[in-house]
Parts: sequence; structure tokens; C-alpha cells
Amino acid sequence: MAKKERQIVATTAWSAGPGCHGGCGVLAHIEDGRLVKVEGDPNHPWNQGRICARCLAMTKYVYHPDRITRPLKRVGERGEGKWQEISWEEAFAYVEEKLVKIRDEYGPESVIFSMGTGRDIGAWICMLAYAYGSPNVMFALSGLACYSPRIAAVTTVQGDYCILDASQWFPARYEDPRYTRPECIVIWGYNIPSTCPDNVFGHWITDLMKQGTKIICIDPRLTFFASRAEKWLQLRPGTDGALAMGFLNVILNEKLYDEKFVSDWTNAPHLVRTDTGKLLRAGDLPGDGNAADFVVWDAVAGKPAVWDTADVTYKAAGVRPALEGEYQVKLACGQTVQCTTVWDTFRRKVAEYPLDKVAEITLVPADDIRAAARLYATSKPAAIHWGEPIDMTPAITPTTQAIADLWAITGNLDVPGGNVISRYAFDAVAYALPGAKGAIKLKSAEMDKKRIGADKYGPLGKFIWRAHTDLVIDQIFTGEPYPVKGMWLQTTNPLSGIGMDPRKWQKALEKLDFVAVVDLFMTPTAQLADIILPAASFLEKESIRSWWIPLQTINKAIDVAECKSDVEINFELARRLDPEFKWNTVHELFDEILANSGMTFAELQEKGWAFPPEGHPSAPYRRFEKGLLRADGKPGFRTPSGKFELHSTLREEWGLEPVAHYEEPPFTPVSRPDLAAEYPLILCTGRRSAAFFISEHRNIPWLRALDPDPVVEIHPRKAQELGIGNGEWVWVENWLGKCKLKAKVTLEVPEWMVMAAHGWWFPEEKTAAPDLCGTFRSNINTLIPMNAVGQDGLGSPIKHMLCKVYKVRGDEA
Amino acid sequence: MARKNTGYGLLIDYEYCTGCHACEIACAQEYDWPAGMGGMRVTEMIQQLPNDKAYLAYLPFPTELCILCAGRTAKGMKPACVQTCMSACMKHGRVEDLAKEINKPRMALFVPK
Ligand code: SF4
Ligand code: SF4
Ligand code: SF4
Repeated sequence: MAKKERQIVATTAWSAGPGCHGGCGVLAHIEDGRLVKVEGDPNHPWNQGRICARCLAMTKYVYHPDRITRPLKRVGERGEGKWQEISWEEAFAYVEEKLVKIRDEYGPESVIFSMGTGRDIGAWICMLAYAYGSPNVMFALSGLACYSPRIAAVTTVQGDYCILDASQWFPARYEDPRYTRPECIVIWGYNIPSTCPDNVFGHWITDLMKQGTKIICIDPRLTFFASRAEKWLQLRPGTDGALAMGFLNVILNEKLYDEKFVSDWTNAPHLVRTDTGKLLRAGDLPGDGNAADFVVWDAVAGKPAVWDTADVTYKAAGVRPALEGEYQVKLACGQTVQCTTVWDTFRRKVAEYPLDKVAEITLVPADDIRAAARLYATSKPAAIHWGEPIDMTPAITPTTQAIADLWAITGNLDVPGGNVISRYAFDAVAYALPGAKGAIKLKSAEMDKKRIGADKYGPLGKFIWRAHTDLVIDQIFTGEPYPVKGMWLQTTNPLSGIGMDPRKWQKALEKLDFVAVVDLFMTPTAQLADIILPAASFLEKESIRSWWIPLQTINKAIDVAECKSDVEINFELARRLDPEFKWNTVHELFDEILANSGMTFAELQEKGWAFPPEGHPSAPYRRFEKGLLRADGKPGFRTPSGKFELHSTLREEWGLEPVAHYEEPPFTPVSRPDLAAEYPLILCTGRRSAAFFISEHRNIPWLRALDPDPVVEIHPRKAQELGIGNGEWVWVENWLGKCKLKAKVTLEVPEWMVMAAHGWWFPEEKTAAPDLCGTFRSNINTLIPMNAVGQDGLGSPIKHMLCKVYKVRGDEA
Repeated sequence: MARKNTGYGLLIDYEYCTGCHACEIACAQEYDWPAGMGGMRVTEMIQQLPNDKAYLAYLPFPTELCILCAGRTAKGMKPACVQTCMSACMKHGRVEDLAKEINKPRMALFVPK
């Protein structure tokens, strides 16, 4: 028998398929046009030949018998499970007709374009929504509680986001002489080896550990890192903000901060009016000062001096700003106000969190907090790497701010081995994360006016170009201020995955005139659609990955039946819906997105990946000193003051507390002892799995075998007290609902908490309603409300609800 | 007659095994094992320690089905599990060479076939 010819296609894994946000370099082995194997690309600087279980299972994913391979049109009642295969031409015409009808009758904003975690969809869903005329692109999680809040919060105070530096900016990685290994990494709520890396390869951290990096692990749950950490802080879920304030307390009291960074690069010396608590502006002073400018107390001249935000320098020469003290300042109105510095107000706020108080809030012993804070602050460099729990609390922004303050005041911002500013490689923006503006945009600011929630929540108005999920779902029922009639859901399964209160989601979808779903499999959510369009996996498409480093292409290795890539589907519809749509081909679109890199799509594809050169604004380090961060080329940050803001100007403008602090989450034993009396256990959800990405992969046997059941982890003593044995089915219940999970009796969780797996549905069961693959039976989101978001609209109490757990009776099993 | 080993083995630094299961699926892919079978099995072990402490370890265990990737290694390639290991904590080689590399706690040398 002749040996089959084997082709190897090098590409980037960036969904759909593995699910995650990684961006690993993979080699797809093809024989006769068929995928036979996937391997890590040993030459790829990101993962050096390694890849995880989900990518390795792609052969079973792409050819799965349940894949939807032709467009499906609903023929029975919605949810009834009666579908007719149609051609792509019919499908496009049908969607176009339905969308145009809604646009003509109600306006384009009446259709919501909804996605799950974005990956290679975010850009294309925006392109379609904007071509149609709707500003309502939505990330379907309550309070947008995943990643974009963290990005927005960090951007609010430092103008850019940043991440752990594991040398990913250099092709030679750890060997590059510009790199310094962190002496210590704080892993803050992240079980990253079995997860969905947010542009960090989880195992870079084990690489660094082998080279000597110490770990501080902040997690209520015993994880790989918790076991191997120098310090493990087992905090009560949702109290991360208090813990961060405790760290700051130690660092300030023991003077472990970087004084030079604080005085030169933060707004610590800016004056705050004690009467209003707001920053003093040059416009408040006699003369014709600018309201955009800030004021310091010049210790040399003994009078106020103006910090010119346009020039990012003091108006007068030789100003020596005082870092502390109380000053009387005469205002234009003749009144004299008492002012203090941002540094003093910040210190006062931090002083509200002495360690005994923090220990009481977090349940972490004070000595452990002190020791960890010292280790972090005295390690040079040190980095903090955080996970989803940071977003999954209503007080996400002040928590994030406290943590960002930590890396800033310890001098670990944008330095080798610290927390490094991460930008789109070469400033090529495809995926529109908070703050980003690229080739894909709304035609006018006018069109954005109707975006749901943008006028209500500051970050949505300023950074996050998304509709507010909780408000959207409510608006479907109320029709106020305008009706919502249609939803386009692209590779998202809110009924099983990211929809909090999934029954409400079901009712909302049932109420709509038109529901379109783009996906690869028949999910419970897809079952409620009017039309389903079959999407391609990453192996079947061309695309770009630009967040953050390196800049990469996704290259097509195979075709599977009639599946089309997300970009192709959206491109065709956008072209039909917008007579002014400006691109003729998908490659033209890619070329425009890549314009800043100086490469065309074809040229980048040839290289596979590219790193921005030193001195480029998207390559580190110390860009704030070199004038690489701001549009005007001046040193400083892209914030209203040009400084890292310990007192946030934007939060002040939004009417929110401008300095980092802690807020107790809404449903905890502390905030709701009344509820805790009946539901005494802290319910933590969203435990990551090495086998699954959120609600995906339950249908891939290799992966399902690794993690077969929806589990809830219970401490052995608690299980014994409740009469629950390992592997028994239990009800997890609270005042919102209950779900059935399998008990895993394990020391991984503390006695006072249970950890429930999320994203469960049973693809092997009946799909049609009301069964919907059993998605409501074991859905932990049934116990989590919507509309419990933070004051700035972000975050949601996903990691710290309350519940009780009891055995499922024999007759209920 | 006692089985004779081939003189090759797998050295595993299980301190760094994160339990990601990639090695298991790499083996399943290489030999198209049905779900639940394969040359590698990663087990989770939680050890209870004094003072209410615990330690979480994962141990990648070559099963009866492991053939040490004889075909791959004959061509000079690494075994599939070794090549893919996310933590780079596995090594294939001659048992006598690997034995010399055991220089820290939490290492194990397996001679599966
Ligand atoms: S982490 Fe895993 S799923 Fe994500 S891209 Fe890398 S190999 Fe693929
Ligand atoms: S050495 Fe080869 S056969 Fe053995 S477990 Fe690893 S991949 Fe499987
Ligand atoms: S691939 Fe490596 S780190 Fe992952 S489970 Fe296997 S041995 Fe452990």
C-alpha cells in the first residue's frame, strides 16, 4: 500500500474548537484533506511544542457526528427540535429578510448581537452589528463579569492594561538578555494550568518556578499552586479587595514602596479638596486656569503650582511638589479651602485596613498576610497574575484598583519580570477589547447613543463598547426605552454556560421575534433559535490574532462539509445589510486591520508570527519614561492626568469612590446573616477543568472521560456532617433555585465552602424543549441572580453566593 | 519467564505535573485509544498532612498499554506524551542515564515495558 502523503499546516489555535484564549502554535497533520493529528509547534515561541488536552482532541471535535454541517431552519415551534437543512444562499437571504424587517419597523438597535467569551468572534460580531446599524454588541455574562471589567478598571487608572511578564515579548523568551525573571509571582485566584489562559500560557509559570520563582497563591481552594506556594492565603471568596488593602497597608507602613515611582509617576502629589473630596483643578484657582489641569503644593515656592495635562509637565519651572501635608488654597470664588494630597488621602484609606481587621474579613491570619506582602514587595521584580474571580464580584473595580496600586507603588509596572503593559501587537486591533479602536467601528457617534447601558455606567460609556447584559435582558421584557426584537447569538450558549438565571434567559429568548445562532453543535441555546448557521473550527479558517503578543495568523488546514468561519458568515451578511460596506473581500479587511504592522495578511501568514521591535509602543519596557504610551509622544500614561492615578479622575467623574477600597459582596454570611442562617455554606462556582472550556466539550468522549460529571466539591468533615458520601448525588439549593450535582468529597475546599462546576449540559440527552439536554438540572447558575452588579455596572456575585447541600433521595434520583 | 525491560524509561518530575491531562490525550491521539483507555493515566492525590494541611499532587502513571512510543523513538522523536507535556516534566531515555538525573524530591522513574 502506498504511504499516504502527509501535509503539515502551522497555525494558531484560537477557537472555535479548543475554546481558550491561548493562541498556541500548533501543527495540523493532514492526509487526503483530513485532519489526522494535532501537535504543538516546537518552533513556536509561545508554547514550544506543548499543547493541552482540548487542542489534542481536535481530531474528535472537527469530525464529530453531531456537528452541524449545513444551515438549519426551524420548521416546528421554537424549541420543538424540528429543523430543515437549507442552503447557505437560502440561509443568508432568510436572515437578511428577518433583520431588515426588524430594522424597518423598530430600528437597528432592536437587535442584540450577543457573544460568549469572544476569541475569534469579537471583531466579526462588531463588524456585522455595526454594518446593520446596531450598537448593541453584548457579552452575555451578567455584569460583563469576565476580563473586560479588569481591563477597563486597570485602564481607568493607568491608561493601559498589563499582564505578567513571562518573557512573551521576545522570540528567545527566557534567554533574552532584556528579560529578568520575577523573583516572585502572586497568583491571585487563578488555577491557570487547567483553564482558559487570558493570553498567558499557564505553564510559563511552571517554567519560571523551575528557574526559582517563588509563588504566593491567593485562593480559597487547594490548587497546584496552593500546594507549592511559599505563601498560600486561603481567603474567603469575594474578599480579595480587603486582602489587597491589607497588602497596601503593610507596604505603606513598612515603607516598602518605590518612593521615586510614587512621586514622579503617580498623581500622589495632586491636591484633593477636603470639602468635596474631589481633585483640585487649576480652573478652581484665581486666574484663567484650565479645568483639565491639576494642582500640587510647591514646597519650594510655598504656594500652589499647576500640573498642565496638555504638556504633561508643571506650568512653572522648578516645582517641587509636596507629597504630604494640609494646605489652605484660595479659590477663584474667594473662598479658601483646605486641601490635602492624594498620597495622604490614599494613606488614610489604606489605614482603614489594619491587618487584624483584614484578617477578620478575609479569614486569612494577619501574620500570613504580612509575610506575603513583605515577600511580594521585597522581591525585585515581582509580578501579579490574576484570574476570573477578580471580575466575578460586584466591587470588581475598587478591587482591581487596589491590586494595580500594588504593582505601581512597588515599582513593578512595565519593568522586566513585572506587570508589563500589554497592547495589541503592532497596534493592530482586531478584537475590540476595552479602550481599543481599530478598523471596525460604528459609522457615527450618533449611532452609539442607543447602546443599552452606555449612558448609565461610566466604563461602558468610556471604554467598553458593549451593551449591558442585565439591562438588555430586562429590556426584552419591558420594551423600555425601546423594544428589543431580535438576537444574534454567536458561539455562545447562555442557557448552559454564561447565562446567570438561565430560566430568565430562556423566557427572554422565547419572547423575541427572531433568534439566530451561529455554532458548531446543537446546544440548548441553539435549540431555541429560528435559524442555526454552522461555524468552522480554527482549523477550518483564516483569521488574525492580535491580542497581544505575537501577532499571528490562523491558517486554514481543512474543510469540514459546508461549515463557514465566523468572519466569512458575518462578512457576507454585513455586505448584504450595508450598501456602504467598504471591504470587498475578507483579505482586504484583514489587510486593513494589519495596516499598522506594515504587513499584509499574506505576508504575515508567510511568517506565521511577528514580534514588534524594541521601541515600538507595543513592545516593553518602561514606556512611560520613553514617551511611548501617549499619542503626543510625551512621557507619562494615557490617563486624564498623564499619571498613574491613585485617585482616579474618571471614577470621580462617574460619581464613584475614586480611591481603592473594599466592599462586602451582597450575599455573604457577613452581608446577609439572615440568608446564611438557612443557607450556611459559601457557594463558589466556576471551577476550571482541564478537559472543558466553559460549556464546551461535554460531547468529546476523550475529554468527557477526564471529567465526566457535574461535581460539587465538599470538605470531608462537612460531607460527614451532612451524611453525604463521595460520588453521591446532592441538591445544591438556595432561595433562587436548586440543581443536582455529584459530590466530590475532597480536601481541596475549606469546610465552610463548596465549589460547584459550571457550564453543564448533557449532549447525549434529548435536545428538544423542555429537556434541552438536561441543561437546567445541573446548572449552578440557577442559584445566581442577574442585576447584582457593581455601582459601575461591572461584576457579578458568581464566586460567593450562599447555599445548602443535601442528599438526593432515592426516589428523586 | 520474567519480563525483560528494554532499558528505556520515563523520568517524571511530578512536583511540576499540574494535572492538565495533555499527556493522556496525546497518547490517545497517537494510538487512537478509545475514551478512558491509553498508555498514560494521570491521578490526583490529595495528601492530608498534620495541622489540617493538605498537599495536592498529580502523578502521570504509564499504564499496561504504554509501549514507550517505540515507533516514534526509533525515528529519533520524543514519545508523544513527553513532547506535549505542558509542564515539560517528563523525560524519555535510558534507565541508567535517567537514574543519574534523579537529583531532587518528587521524581519517579518508570520502566513501563
Ligand atoms: S492552551 Fe490549550 S486550548 Fe488553549 S490554545 Fe493552547 S493548547 Fe489550545
Ligand atoms: S510513551 Fe507513548 S505509549 Fe507511553 S504513555 Fe507516552 S505516548 Fe503513550
Ligand atoms: S502533560 Fe505533563 S503536566 Fe500535564 S498531566 Fe501530563 S505530565 Fe502532568
